[in-house]
Amino acid sequence: MIGVTAGQSPHASPEAGAPESAPLLALCAITKRFPGVVANDRVSLDVRAGEVHALLGENGAGKTTLVNVLYGLYQPDAGEIVVDGRRVRIRSPRDAIACGIGMVPQHFLLVRRHTVAENVALGLPQEGFLRPARRVERRIVELGTRYGLAADPRARIWELSPSEHQRVEILKALVRGARILVLDEPTSVLAPQEVGGLFEVLRRMKGDGHAVIFITHKLDEVEAIADRVTVLRRGRVVATMPAAGVSRRTLVQMMVGRDVQFVLPRAPAAPTGEALTAEALEADNDRGAPALRGLDLAVRRGEIVGLAGIAGNGQRELVEVLTGLRRATRGRVRVLGREVTNRTAAAICDAGVAHIPEDRVHMGVVATMTVAENLVLRRYRHPPFSRGPLLDYAAVTRFAREMIAAYEIATPAATTPVRALSGGNIQRLILARELAARPGVIVAAHPTYGLDVSATEHIHRLLLRRREEGAGVLLVSEDLDEILALADRVAVIFRGRIAAVLSVGEATRERVGLLMTGQAA
Amino acid sequence: MRRLGPLVLEPDPAPPPARVLGVSLLALAGAVAAAGVVFAAYGADPLYAYAVIVRGTFAGLREISEVVRRTIPLLLCGVGLALAFRAQFWNIGAEGQLLAGAVGATAVALFVPLPGPWVLVAMFAAGFATGALWGLLPTLLRLRLSVNEVLTTLMMNYIALYAVAWLIHGPWKGATQFGFAYTDTFPEAARLPLLAGTRVHWPTLAVGLALAAALAFLLARTRLGFEVRVLGQNPVAGRYAGIDPARTLLAVMVLSAGAAGLAGVGEVAGVHHKLLDPGQVSLGYGYAAIVVAWLARGSPLAAVLTATLLGAIFTSGDVLKVALQMPFRVTDVFNGLILFFLIGSERLLAVRIRWAPPAATVRVGSGLPGTPEAGGES
Repeated sequence: MIGVTAGQSPHASPEAGAPESAPLLALCAITKRFPGVVANDRVSLDVRAGEVHALLGENGAGKTTLVNVLYGLYQPDAGEIVVDGRRVRIRSPRDAIACGIGMVPQHFLLVRRHTVAENVALGLPQEGFLRPARRVERRIVELGTRYGLAADPRARIWELSPSEHQRVEILKALVRGARILVLDEPTSVLAPQEVGGLFEVLRRMKGDGHAVIFITHKLDEVEAIADRVTVLRRGRVVATMPAAGVSRRTLVQMMVGRDVQFVLPRAPAAPTGEALTAEALEADNDRGAPALRGLDLAVRRGEIVGLAGIAGNGQRELVEVLTGLRRATRGRVRVLGREVTNRTAAAICDAGVAHIPEDRVHMGVVATMTVAENLVLRRYRHPPFSRGPLLDYAAVTRFAREMIAAYEIATPAATTPVRALSGGNIQRLILARELAARPGVIVAAHPTYGLDVSATEHIHRLLLRRREEGAGVLLVSEDLDEILALADRVAVIFRGRIAAVLSVGEATRERVGLLMTGQAA
Repeated sequence: MRRLGPLVLEPDPAPPPARVLGVSLLALAGAVAAAGVVFAAYGADPLYAYAVIVRGTFAGLREISEVVRRTIPLLLCGVGLALAFRAQFWNIGAEGQLLAGAVGATAVALFVPLPGPWVLVAMFAAGFATGALWGLLPTLLRLRLSVNEVLTTLMMNYIALYAVAWLIHGPWKGATQFGFAYTDTFPEAARLPLLAGTRVHWPTLAVGLALAAALAFLLARTRLGFEVRVLGQNPVAGRYAGIDPARTLLAVMVLSAGAAGLAGVGEVAGVHHKLLDPGQVSLGYGYAAIVVAWLARGSPLAAVLTATLLGAIFTSGDVLKVALQMPFRVTDVFNGLILFFLIGSERLLAVRIRWAPPAATVRVGSGLPGTPEAGGES
């Protein structure tokens, strides 16, 4: 469907005189299988010195698997890796480091009580037994000035912000002599104003002859920083091409494999009464800093309100306050006309609020328990599942069978443990549980994150159907396309407040995007 | 995936029951072998020692009844711990809770005048209550201040131990005991009946078996059991499901520590008929019960079997003492070894071992020069 583009055969022998610069790194036909899935299917990719190479793909496209192979965390089932024209076998991160490959993982691996210099020195072979970090301190300052990675080598990790942690990880790689730096979704931990700083660092490194592999699923980042981009879909390379001049629409098509259905067919919203109201809500985040600062929001019955915003602007805290998992320090929450501020999660659930949690595996289900038990996880205490102190397992199983059929949950049996299910089926299970009781309010946090296109569409249709049946839906998503496709109104959250609420007609991508960055539009 | 000769080791986080059983038996075998080394070091031929143990432990009704007598406190403590472990509450305090139960029962036996048949009922009730009370403080500290329960339950054992020692040396020292550090002997109504010809105080055994069945039912079929399993396996999901962790944990610990308290009642009312030195009230049953619960993998019914096994080990201590002049505390070594091997074998549970000679799996080594590559054209 998509035409052959440049860079189709990056594993053409590395010795041959390349037209431009010879690739610093080439991955040739890497295949990695896990039970039941081919995470990487003959993936080939080359990276040149002095370039930022973006690896673009949806969640689950195989990007992280690929870099884990590159960093020696996984062994490929087939394929080879060529560094500087030499075939190498990377069995461990130590081998990768010896090849000049450095990795900045999504979740940082730092010792919180140690200083920056101690963390950088950790595991370096040539450091002394006493005060191992001494020599490294100088190096950190040196590299810091060269690349704009200012970090106090004596600061302790716990004192630093996530963006500073990222800098320490980059420094760790550079001190180890990395010429090829792999960054796995580096902007996911950054505030929007910090992204520019990271890009500046990458540009300087590029100017110094380093190669950067930049994993992302955000199109604007590809435009902003990448020289070339390789798109992965379902474990395969769709194409590699220069980033300049590629339209977003082309990239999206490559990522999802077909035109995104921007608008699902639906009737115009006919909102009736009040479903969910938050007034002047204030709450703290896990570190005790204010996360919600006087937030007002109303969702009516029969409409979907999309909550757009860059991660970390209070979405998570808002969802938790609305569902009884976090205390509001001030303000009020009403559900279907009843005051539920700071009631327990059970009480709010019983008041008619469904919650599709952001972290479906760790919060949404108990992986070791059965499909049937998980389907009643939030309703077990009510009839017909509960009779006095006893659980009626016959009723539970009956209900589970109905749900498995109605929501097309692919499972061998109702008694299968949930951990045997795929991500999409776990989400269907959660939706079945949350939506079966016809709740008046649905709070859905990133309901399609990491799911394939068909599962996504299935979930979108379910949410639209509940809206037509009169439920008020609050849809929290980082995916603007999802919000624009589903929402009747778009509320933009910025630093713990609603910056604006736009009707579906007013909510253009540009306008919402500006509001998300805190600029009035 | 790793290979070991012709074997391939693969990660498999969901062990089937057969593997759990196999690994547990393997760990037991390892402990038995290691204990054999200890016997040899003590100057006894291990094979002879084991022969003596088997003969001395299972030879006849008398021997078997001794095993049962040792099994009773292990079972009561073990099922309680199994329940607590299922909630991921690491109660290491069964020993102290047992002693607390013994104190509660003694108080009723010595100081509460009750009509005949009610004395024993009241002793069991009091023992359950004092045991539960002893478990409550660590639970509250954990719930209110997030204090690690492993440390607090463990330290509560020592408080119980010295409290009992103080009682028998001080205020409860028996007037009729010629200056020995015992309480007075319990009146007849406060002594448990024995199975004829044995020293098995059968009411406590019946309570233990009933409790094992009841807790198994609780876990499998009740709301509280569902809540315990959810909280134990995923506390975050438990919060999301609206389960009140404080209420659930309090219920679990009342049952768990109360069960250990019942074990203490059985020891003073069924065996000693007085409160005496804490080291004699309990031979470390509360600690050995950790092995019982662990070996049973948190299943109260399996704890009936594992308690019997540990009961046999305690009895073998008597046999070794008499036949081979070993100290009774060799049983502690044995129990320690079992727990050591069990915990050490835990990782084996998550590994599937498959027979696959190298010839059949050439592709595993690909990436090495000379091996075939998928799609390689160079």
